[in-house]
Amino acid sequence: MSSESDKIESFVKRHYEHGFVTDIASDSLPPGLNEDVVRAISARKHETEFMLEWRLRAYRQWRQMQEPTWAHVHYPPIDFQDISYFSAPISDKDRPQSLDEVDPKLLETYDKLGIPLHERARLAGVAVDAVFDSVSVATTFKEKLSEAGVIFCPFSEAVTDHPELVRKYLGSVVPRRDNFYAALNSAVFSDGSFVYVPKGVRCPMELSTYFRINAANTGQFERTLIIADEGSYVSYLEGCTAPMRDENQLHAAVVELVALKDAEIKYSTVQNWYPGDEHGKGGIYNFVTKRGDCRGANSKISWTQVETGSAITWKYPSCLLRGENSVGEFYSVAVANNYQQADTGTKMIHIGRNTRSTIVSKGISAGHAQNAYRGLVRVMPQADRSRNHTQCDSLLIGKECGAHTFPYMEVRNPTAKVEHEATTSKISADQLFYCRQRGISEEDAVNMIVNGFCREVFKELPMEFAVEAQALLNVSLEGAVG
Amino acid sequence: MLEIRNLTARIGDAEILRGVDLSVNSGEVHAIMGPNGSGKSTLAQVLAGNDAYEVTAGSVVFKGNDLLELEPEERAREGIFLGFQYPVEIPGVNNAYLLKAALNARRQQQGLEEIDAFEFLKLAREKMALLDMDPKFLNRGVNEGFSGGEKKRNEILQMAILEPSLAILDETDSGLDIDALRAVAKGVNSLRSPDRAIVLVTHYQRLLGYVEPDHVHVLSDGRIVRSGDKSLALELEEKGYDWLREAAGA
Repeated sequence: MSSESDKIESFVKRHYEHGFVTDIASDSLPPGLNEDVVRAISARKHETEFMLEWRLRAYRQWRQMQEPTWAHVHYPPIDFQDISYFSAPISDKDRPQSLDEVDPKLLETYDKLGIPLHERARLAGVAVDAVFDSVSVATTFKEKLSEAGVIFCPFSEAVTDHPELVRKYLGSVVPRRDNFYAALNSAVFSDGSFVYVPKGVRCPMELSTYFRINAANTGQFERTLIIADEGSYVSYLEGCTAPMRDENQLHAAVVELVALKDAEIKYSTVQNWYPGDEHGKGGIYNFVTKRGDCRGANSKISWTQVETGSAITWKYPSCLLRGENSVGEFYSVAVANNYQQADTGTKMIHIGRNTRSTIVSKGISAGHAQNAYRGLVRVMPQADRSRNHTQCDSLLIGKECGAHTFPYMEVRNPTAKVEHEATTSKISADQLFYCRQRGISEEDAVNMIVNGFCREVFKELPMEFAVEAQALLNVSLEGAVG
Repeated sequence: MLEIRNLTARIGDAEILRGVDLSVNSGEVHAIMGPNGSGKSTLAQVLAGNDAYEVTAGSVVFKGNDLLELEPEERAREGIFLGFQYPVEIPGVNNAYLLKAALNARRQQQGLEEIDAFEFLKLAREKMALLDMDPKFLNRGVNEGFSGGEKKRNEILQMAILEPSLAILDETDSGLDIDALRAVAKGVNSLRSPDRAIVLVTHYQRLLGYVEPDHVHVLSDGRIVRSGDKSLALELEEKGYDWLREAAGA
């Protein structure tokens, strides 16, 4: 029996495959943060007075705030003055107009990740706004989108080209002072994606962005804003990997989603930041604020995430269910291995009547990792007949890891119905032997069992993304037959 | 095909097999019978390579190779199939997916091309019809929420698709109603062939009424104490096992 678990442990100690650094000269600001740095960032992006003022107010608010300590994660204090707050590939000055003009090394990087951009764009019909470090360098399918009236562009471009939309919605879901990291992001955010889908439009393709941290010792502060106007639909995919690094890198993104009446937003993430080595050295700190606002009646926001990377993950994609009959969903797979720490979950805030939410969380812990689910379901007094179902499953691989569940339920309406189910299981020696007796190697058997455990979440991902998610967990394709 | 010589094995401190000798040739069906705790299931598990059991002495040669040197998955790919007494549930893993992966692992070993999804489905449907199984089985999780009888049928389905050289069925007949027993027997009989051997581990004569064995062995206290033809099974049914224990002791 012990040899089985040893084998499982050696299997889970695989090395990070995407650990390489692309040699592209970076045009970075020196480390440190003060008002001048905020001004410098804003100036480099040729922003309006409105944006500069917005950033400065965020910076001043951030200075008054304390780093949160309630999460079930442990790390040495972060020196925020030791981080560089802006880095961009040199090609920023002369932005390429097509993929041919893109730095070939960047395309090579995507190739190494198994994401050949041009092929992907052509074959899968996906528009790609590729974020490399902090500045977008390639945008495709723009024309087709603009025919439909969909705006999909780098955030910095939206600030210039669509100031009225940015003014109206920026910070309307995640206010500047929402939390420590959201405030920091609001002050120094570099770039990200902006999406606006007009009334009644079904976005003709999946919108996709690949993120990647590259320059050393640089924080990534992405800002994404997606607005689905009345009766519209959009599916947005976000994925990322990072090169191997020794220093810890801070990532503090903010994502805001707004769904107006009868609109639907589907937001899918595959996150594979560098998790640190097998001794817990290095790795990305991922402190993210993601929130969706079901602002109109009958609107729907669905979060699906597959989290395999980062040394520390602190992330709670949430839904404010304000419109009557609005629906919030959260499907999550969080994998923590070696010395990774994950504290992730969601918040479903039921405000409108007849609002519904579903939470399916699958946590997988291996090595010495600690994996916590933290979820809040809050039903406000006016949210008559609202419903929530939460299912929270943990899978343990090996003996040194931990799974923790912190469900919070605050129900202030007697007609509401809230359900919570939780399970914890281990991959058993019997399951492995059964698979091996059928000729399947131990490694494949573990992958198969893990994949089976995650199935409910994977099936929520768009097809090509599901394939990638499974590749990230190094599992074979599930459900291809039948 | 299979030569077992003086095989001893234990689990923890308990010695279960105390010197088993058995020869199985291609084309033969052997039944291994014996009382509870005699070591029948241990023998099956040891042959399949479960490392919960420790082999302390003896040898097992399969198709001319030292079987005990091989990992469980290598044994499977060489053509050893174990029908489990208690098939394990693997939630969320599609039955068809496991089966296709298993079949392709075996085909790869045989130097054959991987079978694609369409061919596989065709093959699986054929075999399921033979076993009177609902095609919906394929899309369920492996043994997930299956009844006892369904799990056993599923083992037979896997065997029918994998077409092993040596099938060891560990109490596949236990807990089956008469329809399931017939279906299982039909599956086993359909696999009888000159280049294949089948070992049935069973308590009762019942299955042997449907699958006629060439040889019957009685395992008692970790040794084969008597071997004979199918009439031995009938004799056991009549006299019980104590008679043999006494004979062995004498």
